[in-house]
Amino acid sequence: MESATLYEQRNRKSLWAARLDETRRFWHRFRRHPLGMIGLLIITALILSALFARPLSTHAPFEQSLVDRLQPPGKTFWLGSDELCRDIYSRIMHGTRLTLLIVAIVIVASAPLGLLLGTISGFYGGWTDKILMRITDVFLAIPKLMMALAFVAALGPGIINVAISIALTAWPPYARLARAETLMVRNSDYINAIRMAGASSFRIVFFHVVPMCLSSVIVRMSFDMSQTILIAAGLGFIGLGPQPPSPEWGAMVAAGRRFILSQYWVSTMPGIAIFVVSLGFNFMGDALRDLLDPHQKGAS
Amino acid sequence: MSLAWVRQLPNTAATFIITLFGLICITFFIGRIVPIDPVAAIVGDKAPQEVYDRVYHELGMDKPAIVQFGKYVLKSIRGDFGTSFVTNRPVLQDIIVFFPATLELATVGILIGIFLGIPAGVVAAVWRDRWIDHLIRIVGLVGYSIPFFWLALVCLFVFYAKLDLVGGPGRLDTFFEDIVPTVTGMLIIDALLAGEWEVLVNALYHLLLPGLLLGYISMAYISRMTRSVMLEQLTKEYMITARVKGLGEIHIVFHHALRNAMIPMITVIALTYGYLLEGSVLLETIFAWPGLGNYIASSLLSADMNAVLGGTLLVGTIFIVLNMISDILYRILDPRSR
Repeated sequence: MESATLYEQRNRKSLWAARLDETRRFWHRFRRHPLGMIGLLIITALILSALFARPLSTHAPFEQSLVDRLQPPGKTFWLGSDELCRDIYSRIMHGTRLTLLIVAIVIVASAPLGLLLGTISGFYGGWTDKILMRITDVFLAIPKLMMALAFVAALGPGIINVAISIALTAWPPYARLARAETLMVRNSDYINAIRMAGASSFRIVFFHVVPMCLSSVIVRMSFDMSQTILIAAGLGFIGLGPQPPSPEWGAMVAAGRRFILSQYWVSTMPGIAIFVVSLGFNFMGDALRDLLDPHQKGAS
Repeated sequence: MSLAWVRQLPNTAATFIITLFGLICITFFIGRIVPIDPVAAIVGDKAPQEVYDRVYHELGMDKPAIVQFGKYVLKSIRGDFGTSFVTNRPVLQDIIVFFPATLELATVGILIGIFLGIPAGVVAAVWRDRWIDHLIRIVGLVGYSIPFFWLALVCLFVFYAKLDLVGGPGRLDTFFEDIVPTVTGMLIIDALLAGEWEVLVNALYHLLLPGLLLGYISMAYISRMTRSVMLEQLTKEYMITARVKGLGEIHIVFHHALRNAMIPMITVIALTYGYLLEGSVLLETIFAWPGLGNYIASSLLSADMNAVLGGTLLVGTIFIVLNMISDILYRILDPRSR
């Protein structure tokens, strides 16, 4: 018999090879999904714009003057200029950073928390389950936008507060999802097998149960990101998001409201940006769901 | 129809009370983490210490947190949400004045959503993967991803400013205001009751655009859910049996599949109605619609926490009540859950 380490090494290598192969196959299946590819394109464009906002912009986003205010889209100002003569295209480009930041914070804050609570609740059952599920139900029953509004009203405007408020209302669906998956696999044979082999509960939950939930969680994350963008833009529109002169898209739409009748581009362009990005995440979510959860009777 | 759901009622009631309690806890917590000193907000910066202390005592802030919380719970149950800083009236009174407008808007929206969305979903499911299905799905997806405050702005610009097809902001033209006595607060009903046809027409004219927008949003979601629920039904075995029996396709789809699909749709519709109520916050600011959403939004900007929390509590409670009703209805209608 080979030594223990060599056996492990061989297994690990073949495991990684298998994973690589699976990833490649997944990619081939994803490629055949036209809407999904469009979504991926949009999100890639978003990330690239956020990273390379400065070289991609034509003007500085905060530079103000009163000479060229409210110019229509044209050669110098690709998407027009606003009332302080700032180039709207450049501001949208720089706004991608804010959008990405909010989305990232919300996902990082809400998904792991929800996952953790859901798996613990499903795995241990009994009173832990009951109490955690009641708490989840309370948060689920509360309208998201209202709660985010109330939290931001209390904490004050600003980008971090917006992200935290949205995250606080976004975690329950993950908990529900994780709990459902955990309940399904909790008593399956392979879990019992590793339990008999002496694996601790932590190991079982973290390394074996959580990966089973990941596919539904990823699908959910994609849809959540699109909703987060809409809620954040809505909060920015009311004036509770990042304050001026931050190029937050919702706030830009609100600022352009006064000129909607004649200089429509000030409001329209940022709105289109919000729409396109949200659509991109929805497309991705649709495609991922078709690929990852063929058995789920989710919405279409 | 057996009465098994009646036996479930204590369970449902308990869940309702716990969820409501949780909501009150959360609003209390939000109210407490506000970094504004409520005493200073009332007496101002320059008040002498005795005045400050007296107001502090009157507000009950020197009592321990648990006592404050208990008082808050009791007050909320009685409907005493405090007084609004801005309007100087009890928040509850403000809410009673403003709520019917939002109710009117949300009801119109959900009706449009149901009468357009459900047939659309059925069509999309029956002719799955044909062009009509893709069209309906894309329209739904767009409605789901679009920032509706922006859509409202654009539509207002196009249909009101440029084309003059619909009424502008507000519920009525200024000419028609205060003609109809307020009975329910909902202009359509009040105008009908008073027999004032011109007011009714004008009110409808103004209701058209925001109602259609809310209808579009709810239609997007409802058609999506109807489609997936119908798809689930259409792939069941009883469909094959029915066809073999020789029943007509239309009869099968509408009489059997749709009826079964409607049961989970109840929950969806209840949820969408709640969603419309909260979405009206943004829409009402754009259309200057004097409803609950507008009230909450303007209270937010004036940091009128009593009003904000009172409004949030109300909307949250409606949400929870809708959930509970849909739960009960589900259990009545679905024989399998008994």
